[in-house]
Amino acid sequence: MTDKSHDPNQMTGAAMIVRALIDHGVQHLFGYPGGAVLPIYDEIFQQSEVEHILVRHEQGAGHAAEGYARSTGKPGVVLVTSGPGATNMVTPLTDALMDSIPLVCITGQVPTHLIGNDAFQECDTVGITRPCTKHNWLVRDVNDLAKVLHEAFYVATSGRPGPVLVDVPKDVQFAVGTYHPPRKSDVHVSYTPRVKGDAAQIRKAVALLASAKRPVIYSGGGVINSGTEASKLLRDLVEATGFPITSTLMGLGAYPASGKNWLGMLGMHGTYEANMAMHDCDVMLCIGARFDDRITGRVDAFSPGSKKIHIDIDPSSINKNIRVDVPIIGDAANVMGDLLQVFKAEAKKPDIKAWWQEIAVWRARNSLAYKKNNDIILPQYAIESLFAATRGRDTYITTEVGQHQMWAAQFFGFEEPHRWMTSGGLGTMGYGLPAALGVQVAHPDSLVIDIAGDASVQMTMQEMSTAVQYELPIKIFILNNQYMGMVRQWQQLLHGNRLSHSYSEALPDFVKLADAFGCVGLQAIKPGDLDGALKEMISVKRPVLFDCRVATLENCFPMIPSGKAHNEMLLPVEATDEATAAAFAGGKALV
Amino acid sequence: MPAFAGMTTENDEGTTMNQPASAYFLEERHDPNETHTLSVLVQNEPGVLARVIGLFSGRGYNIESLTVSETESQKHLSRITIVTTGTPMVIEQIKHQLDRMVPVYRVVDMTITGRSIERELAMVKVRGGGDHRVEALRLADAFRARVIDATIESFVFEITGNSAKISQFIDLMRPLGLVEVSRTGVAAIGRGPEGM
Repeated sequence: MTDKSHDPNQMTGAAMIVRALIDHGVQHLFGYPGGAVLPIYDEIFQQSEVEHILVRHEQGAGHAAEGYARSTGKPGVVLVTSGPGATNMVTPLTDALMDSIPLVCITGQVPTHLIGNDAFQECDTVGITRPCTKHNWLVRDVNDLAKVLHEAFYVATSGRPGPVLVDVPKDVQFAVGTYHPPRKSDVHVSYTPRVKGDAAQIRKAVALLASAKRPVIYSGGGVINSGTEASKLLRDLVEATGFPITSTLMGLGAYPASGKNWLGMLGMHGTYEANMAMHDCDVMLCIGARFDDRITGRVDAFSPGSKKIHIDIDPSSINKNIRVDVPIIGDAANVMGDLLQVFKAEAKKPDIKAWWQEIAVWRARNSLAYKKNNDIILPQYAIESLFAATRGRDTYITTEVGQHQMWAAQFFGFEEPHRWMTSGGLGTMGYGLPAALGVQVAHPDSLVIDIAGDASVQMTMQEMSTAVQYELPIKIFILNNQYMGMVRQWQQLLHGNRLSHSYSEALPDFVKLADAFGCVGLQAIKPGDLDGALKEMISVKRPVLFDCRVATLENCFPMIPSGKAHNEMLLPVEATDEATAAAFAGGKALV
Repeated sequence: MPAFAGMTTENDEGTTMNQPASAYFLEERHDPNETHTLSVLVQNEPGVLARVIGLFSGRGYNIESLTVSETESQKHLSRITIVTTGTPMVIEQIKHQLDRMVPVYRVVDMTITGRSIERELAMVKVRGGGDHRVEALRLADAFRARVIDATIESFVFEITGNSAKISQFIDLMRPLGLVEVSRTGVAAIGRGPEGM
């Protein structure tokens, strides 16, 4: 027998986990302790390289890690216990899978010999999380642990990013084995995401772009995920081609909202000009977006006359909802780089003046217009005021889910990528507050604001306590209309105005609640109060709950109604009760 | 807001639409279904079959037949043969969804390559006497089924072939005293010297 006691790579499973985090450059870890992860917490206690942020509910840890990941481009890391700790992670894991956010979640598990015994706090974690992770592992042997952890980081961050989970039984955490630093052979040879686009396909795409008369670029979250270089290349591409550009909810900020080619967001609550351009275009260049049902509207009427180029790193995104003409599998930045090179060498900017004139007519419809009001704060006005108050500052925005989220996307202009954190695919109410925590941890000196709704914010409100504990000065800007606004809007549009359980009865007093948490409570009731209160919110270096009382019955427009196509949008100025009812009536497929 | 009421109203043709109000586009797709046989080479590790099956149930794909066994124990490789039905777009999705799984090496559509052999094995238990027993044996011979178990009142036949042939044999055994059937599901392999 050889003496291994002096081998520095001999350590317990728990120590390996912390060591692996350090080896992967992890500085922050979001988590919640429990019986099955105590050995790991013991290791965390005895080191200072990885800072642990204690949340108040495991879901909060997951969303915080998502915010962290989305705002930095680095993986977010979560540590939770077995059983309820793991099941509470299901929502953030699913959220991260839908929005392609890299997360590494480590869960404790009951000791190996108790697995399958219905032991205390046991659940089939890998079984439960199999459909909501990109991949997951149950580690039964401490000597496999290093390899699995390194592979987990690789899988989470490469290809189409996503959440992964490593389930570690408690006896494996205690057991001593051999650690090794990350190496190439840690990864399944079967996992080989494609990064470089096919040259022939890129040439085909360039030929289409060069011959376009009515082109549009439609970019998505994939451009953000690909890194800051991708956003730079996207801007270069828009510049080189002179094409108009729109983006999905997840893609906001890749191209600046102040850019002259910007059409605004597209889709169900997108701008009229963006949706009309999508419908009438002859060449569509889709980059890192997935033709989601909120984007396409009625599939059989989606952009009927266009040739479609689709750049995506995930082959399963191609031809899933919409058949495309030129698919290019690869990383957005890599493919855009090649595409630009070929375009500059072999093509010249097509003349699309006539197309821009058409777009100007659509723009002139001013689809985001709303009626100003001097007595009550309109939610659109609140977002515009917030945008104005934060201009020129180093600002990050998160949101919850609902009307406020759409208004934030419509009225807050994003100039840079990684500044906008929202739950797009899963639509998770309660995402924004903990996500803001994660963003603030990563960017301690920046202004981090969660644009929230009164209903959503109550779902993860307990995390204000985390903000206070770690002195994270997040600002929770609540558009308080005393309703689940989007639910109410749909009940009005589709369910005969029967407002079934969408009224926020017995709302807490958010100002007093802020006081109870030990943070700052602010309120604005009249439009005249708003600017002063916003100024105070921004200047105070503590967490803030801002109760912004807005018009209770305002609805979110423009909107693509019931089973309609992009060119059948309902605009706000036209959305009288009668017009709305007519637009939504008789639709075979209701939105 | 009365004007919002009555979402189940008449359309231009005057027929009443009874589509329920929905958050999604309720479109029916009318593309014809196709049946495809897929060969999937995977890393043989815990949970890999659950991943594949979970993909099918989670995304609403059909499984007509599924066969799995380790084929190269040294490399821990298993081969899964799946017979599935769906529209061409769905079949394409299934292949891509399988292919992007971490432990999946390759997915080959045996139906598209068109140069594959498919076989299935069944064991068929038939009980009876007299003419029925004689007839069952005669048919078994015609189908090249072998007797692998016999008692004075029963046979178990082993039959190999494509699924249609096996189904046909089982149908013929039904009036002759069919008791039960165990089928392996389809295994497929490409013709010619090349591997998948």
